[in-house]
Amino acid sequence: MITLSDVPSRSPVATLAPIALLGAALSTAPFWLPAIGLYQYLGTEIAIWLIFAMGFNLLFGYAGLHSFGHGAYLGIGAYAFGLWQQNVMVGLWSGLAVAALAAAIAGAIVGALLSHRRGIYYALMTIAFGQMFWFCAIKLHSITGGEDGLLGIPRPPLELGFISIEMTGNVALFYLAAALLMISVLVLWRLVNSPFGRVLQAIRQNETRARFAGYEVWRFKWAAFVISTMFAGLAGGLFSMAQQSAYPDAMSLHQSGLIVMMVLVGGGLVSFWGPILGVILYFVARDVLGGLTETWLLWYGLMFMVMVMLRPEGLAGMLHLIGRRLSGTHKSRALAVEKAS
Amino acid sequence: MSLFEARNIHKRFGARVVLENISLSFEEGRVSGVMGPNGAGKTTCFHVLTGQHKPDRGEVVFDGRPITGLPPQRIATMGVSRSFQIMNLFDDSVVIENVMLALPEFRERRSRILSAVFSDAGLTEAATQVLEQVGLAAKAWEKATSLSYGERRALEIGVALAARPRILFLDEPTSGLGSDAIRNLARLVGRLREQVTIVMIEHDMRFLFELADRISVIHWGQVIAEGTPRELQSNRWIRRSALGELADA
Repeated sequence: MITLSDVPSRSPVATLAPIALLGAALSTAPFWLPAIGLYQYLGTEIAIWLIFAMGFNLLFGYAGLHSFGHGAYLGIGAYAFGLWQQNVMVGLWSGLAVAALAAAIAGAIVGALLSHRRGIYYALMTIAFGQMFWFCAIKLHSITGGEDGLLGIPRPPLELGFISIEMTGNVALFYLAAALLMISVLVLWRLVNSPFGRVLQAIRQNETRARFAGYEVWRFKWAAFVISTMFAGLAGGLFSMAQQSAYPDAMSLHQSGLIVMMVLVGGGLVSFWGPILGVILYFVARDVLGGLTETWLLWYGLMFMVMVMLRPEGLAGMLHLIGRRLSGTHKSRALAVEKAS
Repeated sequence: MSLFEARNIHKRFGARVVLENISLSFEEGRVSGVMGPNGAGKTTCFHVLTGQHKPDRGEVVFDGRPITGLPPQRIATMGVSRSFQIMNLFDDSVVIENVMLALPEFRERRSRILSAVFSDAGLTEAATQVLEQVGLAAKAWEKATSLSYGERRALEIGVALAARPRILFLDEPTSGLGSDAIRNLARLVGRLREQVTIVMIEHDMRFLFELADRISVIHWGQVIAEGTPRELQSNRWIRRSALGELADA
């Protein structure tokens, strides 16, 4: 059985290869996406959801805390970005910072109430808070625009001091999202392999022992929640920029369920890279299956069920297994050659 | 003066009184034993002393400071460490990480989100030293679940030791071990007594009588006898009970 915690010191190649692959795929995506029959905006959407999913997996996979209301923080980020652009100032960096901060503040408050709970109580409370935020988004008409949401949110240009780049085109926006995704991935990779990250994983495995080793378990649970909501907020800011609007549906229970499903299917429980596979699979399934049949979600749902029953380690677990089989046959072949000679 | 003292501890769960007016004291540099039949309240007593449960009444004092009712993580950082009767390890992690997480220097770095863990020579060396003490250095990079039962018991003690405690509580360290493993463990405890005060709950009388300087007998949630192994062997209460037969063995 493979788990997130099992390989403490990987070879540098094993670490760098997926990062390099992701970097290469992202930097060339606008060139090959149309060529394979997809479209530019899909790349942006995937990059945004990847930021959301990678941050979510810190909580879900690494800390083992099951949040089913994380869509709310994506939504809070989206609204915060929109409100900032419409009421305070038009600015990209300030808007994204506010989006991440607003979600983190909401996460800090909710996390403080959640972190003494575990198991089913934790999960139920995340749903309850998620629904509360969603309800607020619909009812606080004067602030959020009710069911219509905030419309006409501008895409502020990217200011780099010496140059200003317009973000109105989808390719430019994609590169912004991709750059932020790469930064998020690097930060999260460092984080899960830091003392803080190892303690989180220890808590997932055995809360009692972690406590007797001298760790304030609830503070770590709280911190993991806040960090993951911060990434959700960042993704939400980009989301409202991409959609040029923010609406209650972005923070619905449906959205919260989707992120859990993506992370599980991808194998977030056994691999850092799992969420990436899961998000890509979902969006490709949506567009490819969706082009074939209106009932694509039914097929995707069935695939999810089969996956959970037969391969709970997800896509990443399957790849790992294939890799091990290949290297296994390779080794046994080498052994046979050795014996024969 | 004793290093660790419990005074008049009461603990009940619902209507069931588990500990009734228990007073124990453990002297620095000694090996103290706690014995008694199953269900006598020994493990509950350890839970109360190390912070898992709050006592209903009574006082726990460590090194002159009251620690009654403090959470386990606070008590642990003060220098009180324990092993568990039912093993409590980080199963998905490798052996060395189990130990590393308990090191005080790791704990100091717990909020660092950007520093390294396994490539930190200081941490791995400190953890390896602990593993050498408990005889697991060769298995450092294996998964905790892949260890044999006896090795897991040794790791359990290693994790407790890694915290560099001033007092070490061992809850039935020999439970489930074969005679060879028990002999190894006795040697280990013999070495450890030089560096740390030890308190252990134990069913294996030979093991306990050989190692302990002082033994407390708990029965029906009370301390019914206390003394050196020799004193206890001549105690008529002990002799009359089933424990006495064991003590003679």
